[in-house]
Amino acid sequence: MKDMKIICRCQDVTEQEIVDAIRKYNLTSVDEVKRLTRAGMGHCQGKTCRKLVEQILFRENGFLSDEDTWSISRPPVKSIPVKFLAESEEPFDAVVARGRGGQHG
Amino acid sequence: MADFPKTADCVIIGGGIIGASIAYELSKKNIKNIVVVEKNTVGSGSTGRCGGGIRAQWSTPENVKLAMASVKRFRELEEELASVTEYEEGGYLILAHSDTEMNQFRENVLMQKKHGLEVEILTAEETKKIVPLINTEKITGATWCSTDGSINPFLINFAYMKNAMDKGVSLFTRTEVLSIKTGDSKITGVSTTRGEISSPVVVNAAGGYAGFVGSTAGLNLPLTPHRHEILATEQVNRFFRNMIMSFEYNIYFRQVKDGGIVGGQTNPGEKPGTEVNSGIAFLKEMSVKLNHFIPALGNVKILRQWAGLYCMSPDAQPILGEISGLAGYFHACGFSGHGLMLAPRVSVLMANTITDPSFSDPDLERLGIDRFEKGIVAHEKSVV
Ligand SMILES: Cc1cc2nc3c(=O)[nH]c(=O)nc-3n(C[C@H](O)[C@H](O)[C@H](O)COP(=O)(O)OP(=O)(O)OC[C@H]3O[C@@H](n4cnc5c(N)ncnc54)[C@H](O)[C@@H]3O)c2cc1C
Repeated sequence: MKDMKIICRCQDVTEQEIVDAIRKYNLTSVDEVKRLTRAGMGHCQGKTCRKLVEQILFRENGFLSDEDTWSISRPPVKSIPVKFLAESEEPFDAVVARGRGGQHG
Repeated sequence: MADFPKTADCVIIGGGIIGASIAYELSKKNIKNIVVVEKNTVGSGSTGRCGGGIRAQWSTPENVKLAMASVKRFRELEEELASVTEYEEGGYLILAHSDTEMNQFRENVLMQKKHGLEVEILTAEETKKIVPLINTEKITGATWCSTDGSINPFLINFAYMKNAMDKGVSLFTRTEVLSIKTGDSKITGVSTTRGEISSPVVVNAAGGYAGFVGSTAGLNLPLTPHRHEILATEQVNRFFRNMIMSFEYNIYFRQVKDGGIVGGQTNPGEKPGTEVNSGIAFLKEMSVKLNHFIPALGNVKILRQWAGLYCMSPDAQPILGEISGLAGYFHACGFSGHGLMLAPRVSVLMANTITDPSFSDPDLERLGIDRFEKGIVAHEKSVV
């Protein structure tokens, strides 16, 4: 059975799962914990759990990695419905007519 | 972390899927003292930013064969690496939007079948049977391969690295290779932000930075990094398991195991560079396309967007193996947006050629860097 102290409510990730991942893979940053456990990947995008994960990392490792002291969350800041964004743009044919990028076709 | 080494038998630059898988396959061979040097952390580069798709439906025989052999390896890896990887054969649906495109696809399918791939051509109605919520208005048909699929890129990257370390490989993260040291037409080691390591063998697996890393050894590798943006939506009940792709309309997306939609495009007009910032234009253009192909996604919310690098080679195929005139230098780079899915096979080929000078394999040879002098064999067209 899972232990009951939930750190990331959106993705249902417990403290024990985070601690296990940190110890198993010698993790040192919030981003690594996020990639391995999904803590911070849910609806609130880490707004509540990010600081908690930092605290757990600090407790486990005795230091906080540089990137955690200034790292930013991913955009968009608030989740947006696909339709809302689609309606603020030109229609499908106009969008796909913009072509592609880079050297590859 | 262990003391920083002064010598190694092999230094691998990069802790992405390519560096990690080569480290693991090498650790199974008779070579000791393998050191992986990673500028940031494991999976922080393209691997941790990719779409996780795996497909053998390519337009060049090399890519088809490497991908098919990789699928065989993917099937064994969960057990061999004793790790959950979320590997799943959910299939790839590649949409065609005109008869001309359908005819091109028919040619690809003939070639793919010749190599033993089970791939079918579907009508628009058959396509709808696979993804009932798809809008077939602009769809002529599709190709479908049910053994294509997906994997969780973080989990497989860490699984390879962890197993390599259990077999004695040392990993140094937050350590950047500043230059590759050479002398007398051969490799002598690397200089890093934590000191020098002398080594007779260096593997350049630096992903989007492979061109730069190679240049420190005086090599002029034909590689260009390009930013590629990608997004993820909130989780909704799973209604399809496969990847959906359209070359014509420049989009790929899939629904991952936990229900989120993950997808991207090639941004119009994107210039070469190593920036990985995010922009609103991408969000809007993707929303228009998602809303078109699956109208039911209209009310689903986008949670997150990010970007990573495609390391493009001139023919959109990887560049593998050694280079003449610089003994001990090996590279596995230029994956052009499909390195995750080729890693299981590429790493086996690389470990073989690094440890055995007489090893030969037709794919490895055709994907050597000398192909650009000899004349490019084929150009991979099936890239988004
Ligand atoms: C948006 C997007 C979607 C994609 N979708 C797919 C997909 O669905 N399927 C697929 O197969 N592929 C996909 N790809 C491509 C795939 O991500 C790459 O081909 C693959 O991850 C390459 O692995 P790598 O190990 O070569 O590179 P990376 O994962 O980038 O690893 C290279 C590592 O080298 C490190 N490094 C660089 N320079 C130095 C230095 N000087 N010293 C030390 N370390 C250094 C970097 O920090 C990095 O961690 C996608 C890519 C992107 C950007």
